[in-house]
Amino acid sequence: MVELSLPKNSKPTKGKAHPAPAGAKNIKRFQVYRYDPDSDANPRIDTYDVDMDTCGPMVLDGLLKIKDEMDATLALRRSCREGICGSCAMNIDGGNTLACLKSIEDCKGDVKVYPLPHMPVVKDLVPDLTHVYAQLASIEPWLKTDTLPPASGERLQSPEERAKLDGLWECILCFCCSTSCPSYWWNGDRYLGPAILLQAARWINDSRDEATGERLDQLEDPFKLYRCHTIMNCTQTCPKGLNPAKAIADIKTKLVERAG
Amino acid sequence: MLAANNLRSPLGRARGLGSAKEGLHHWWAQRLTALALVPLAVWFVAGIVHLATGGEPYEAFMAWIANPCNATLMILFLGVAFHHAQLGMQVVYEDYISCQSWRTAAIVLTKFAAYGFAALGIVSTLICCFGG
Repeated sequence: MVELSLPKNSKPTKGKAHPAPAGAKNIKRFQVYRYDPDSDANPRIDTYDVDMDTCGPMVLDGLLKIKDEMDATLALRRSCREGICGSCAMNIDGGNTLACLKSIEDCKGDVKVYPLPHMPVVKDLVPDLTHVYAQLASIEPWLKTDTLPPASGERLQSPEERAKLDGLWECILCFCCSTSCPSYWWNGDRYLGPAILLQAARWINDSRDEATGERLDQLEDPFKLYRCHTIMNCTQTCPKGLNPAKAIADIKTKLVERAG
Repeated sequence: MLAANNLRSPLGRARGLGSAKEGLHHWWAQRLTALALVPLAVWFVAGIVHLATGGEPYEAFMAWIANPCNATLMILFLGVAFHHAQLGMQVVYEDYISCQSWRTAAIVLTKFAAYGFAALGIVSTLICCFGG
């Protein structure tokens, strides 16, 4: 449903200010969204003045420094710190990206850090991803075959067939794309969103899979697939440089091919 | 987006009512009508400009629409433009109206109005050609 303004109890208020330690010369201010589910208070924007002379170069470095040295109550997800796990996806400087791949230097002015847009917030920068994971499960993202595997145990693919998966298999499911998509914001309960549709395309394009038609059947739906209006936010925001919009267009093309 | 009091499993919610197994026709028709409207709209605007800069407006229009090519293109333009309009409005309603009954009402009313106006325009064109 379209929501052009936040509900009253979701509007962020001005939060606490955490000054830099005495003697710090090179300071960058972080504005961080805070939400505590254990209190009835509205979310707030806390400011942290980070001493950049003792801080790593990436936004994740800044956030971990804040958590370690300034405010241990800050909650965020992170794991690999090198853009391969997708845990630290958040909205930084107005765009969705991975905190570990976003350089602090590239943020003009204060570093503004919010959770992924239009998702329920568990705490601070941690969004509830239950629904997107369920949507991923709904497209059955595994190899489906009726033919038994050959005696060697390996289902073969030509280099050309394998190349069709390039640009699809690299997705790390950080959901920066889906949560940047206005169609997903308005109709995310039914629209699968770019991340899940890219995964669907990954299996539709796999030469070893024998359920292509069944997969297309499951996607042909005004809401599951056709809420994509080629807005392209997904492609613009993908921290891995993938093109979900093209993957969705490929699915639409395959449906046209099948019909005639 | 997700009702907290809904005890259905996340996968059950994500699957919902399943796939409608349609949507391709609507999407494809929208693209084809858009493509057809490119030359038709150019012809329509050129015709309006031609008539606006001519002499007696009524006589000029009646002579112009009596031409079989112009009459055919006018009928095509009216049919395709209204069909495209109602397809596009349906997408807008589906995007922005979350209440199922309001959405259906808006879609049905728009379809009735679009086809009504298209029929009115086409009949008017035929009257100008044959009945004037």
